[in-house]
Amino acid sequence: MRIRCPYCGERDVQEFTYLGDASKVRPEGSDANTGAMIDYVYVRDNPAGPHREFWYHSAGCHAWLVVVRDTRTHAIEEAEPARDVALRRRKGEAA
Amino acid sequence: MMNYSVFGLVAHALRGNKHWMPVWREAEPKAAYDIVIVGGGGHGLATAYYLAKEHGLTNVAVVEKGYLGSGNVGRNTTIVRSNYLLPGNIPFYEWSMKLWEGLEQDINYNAMVSQRGVLNLYHSDAQRDAFARRGNAMRLHGVDAELLDREQVRAMAPFLDFANGRFPVQGGLLQRRGGTVRHDAVAWGYARAADARGVDLLQNCEVTGIRTEQGRVRGVETARGFIRANKVGLAVAGNTSRLAAMAGLRLPIESHVLQAFVTEGVKPLIDTVVTFGAGHFYVSQSDKGGLVFGGDIDGYNSYAQRGNLPVIEDVMESAMAIWPGLGRLRVLRHWGGVMDMSMDGSPIIDGTPIEGLYLNAGWCYGGFKATPASGWCFAHTIARGEPHPFSAAYRLDRFATGHLIDEKGVGAQPNLH
Repeated sequence: MRIRCPYCGERDVQEFTYLGDASKVRPEGSDANTGAMIDYVYVRDNPAGPHREFWYHSAGCHAWLVVVRDTRTHAIEEAEPARDVALRRRKGEAA
Repeated sequence: MMNYSVFGLVAHALRGNKHWMPVWREAEPKAAYDIVIVGGGGHGLATAYYLAKEHGLTNVAVVEKGYLGSGNVGRNTTIVRSNYLLPGNIPFYEWSMKLWEGLEQDINYNAMVSQRGVLNLYHSDAQRDAFARRGNAMRLHGVDAELLDREQVRAMAPFLDFANGRFPVQGGLLQRRGGTVRHDAVAWGYARAADARGVDLLQNCEVTGIRTEQGRVRGVETARGFIRANKVGLAVAGNTSRLAAMAGLRLPIESHVLQAFVTEGVKPLIDTVVTFGAGHFYVSQSDKGGLVFGGDIDGYNSYAQRGNLPVIEDVMESAMAIWPGLGRLRVLRHWGGVMDMSMDGSPIIDGTPIEGLYLNAGWCYGGFKATPASGWCFAHTIARGEPHPFSAAYRLDRFATGHLIDEKGVGAQPNLH
């Protein structure tokens, strides 16, 4: 499995560290009620198919990436800096 | 059903082995059952067997998308043990061990239960303390455990690298009653025993939908038509999230891939199960002579039943670190299985918010040893509508109430459990 880092190009998966589901957004302020926090911390869609997930380029540029990978084939469809995803979300655009 | 015995074996041999009967019936799906179990693996078949035997419920079907035992029950490294630490886990896994000890007589099937011992090595003072604590917790619950020093380990497994400067073998925690069981035979044996009590085993019968009405389960849509049932039990580890989604449920589970390996067959080399404490590596020898071993999960969500090379390299490095002689052997086969990784590393045996829908899930990569007790407790939960005392801690709502059972203490990070 190789991930195309937007900064470093295509690199072996050994250079990366996995965190997990990137579709989860931490509830803030009054939205952070018990139910929302339980959902954020524990509940996962766990799709068989395209999955948005965080990878950290730990043996490379140290960037956090949001990668779209098919969990049935391990084919990587997209990889972009997590920062860009977060900035888009802040602007209220679709992540 | 014919009963297996040594006399029967001789009689069949003398008659040229031409008169053996099929081990189970090829049942046609009925329109309705009292209970449908989804998943014809170890846990699902054990559940069906104990529903029939312990609760007298025989109007039961097991539906399986492929052939019986085609999933993780045939993909594990066959190790059984009950060396757990936490109160919610020890009684359950010890009950499983006791069921293993009586399984072959109970189901009249040779599952090759071999109590050859499970030896967990420790490599530092701190790890010895942790293992002593675990051993003490086990003994307080009536489970056998022995803390061995370096020389005692050497007497058991002289081939280990005792001169290793980086990971010195200081000793080990031994559970003599642990060991291995022939995994496929567990599926076949439970299938045969359940079939003999009237359970219908429906193969090539993939579930494509779960029908619910007003919060109650009504049956399952399958590749062989709709099957009505007021109680449906899911035992589909690896695919639990997909099945639960058919009923609108989202769960604290991620699917991950675990790889395992077998070498070429060699003469008897190791007569126990050894685990490496400074990495993640466990090894035993099958009766065919191949060394069976494995390590960590790959660490990313996967439904692929195959892994990647970095973890293979990691497992081989662990193997070489503890047992350099392994380097002379060739790996014959390797494969992957899809694990139900729960958010605290412990399983779920419980009802769900949908009445009549029951869940058996989240076994991470320790489900094989749990097979008998899982079936026993899941059958009880489905039959009585209340948890069995041994599985009472495996509640689905524990993630909301904070009653987590986190053996490794790593938190809600499934790829670390």
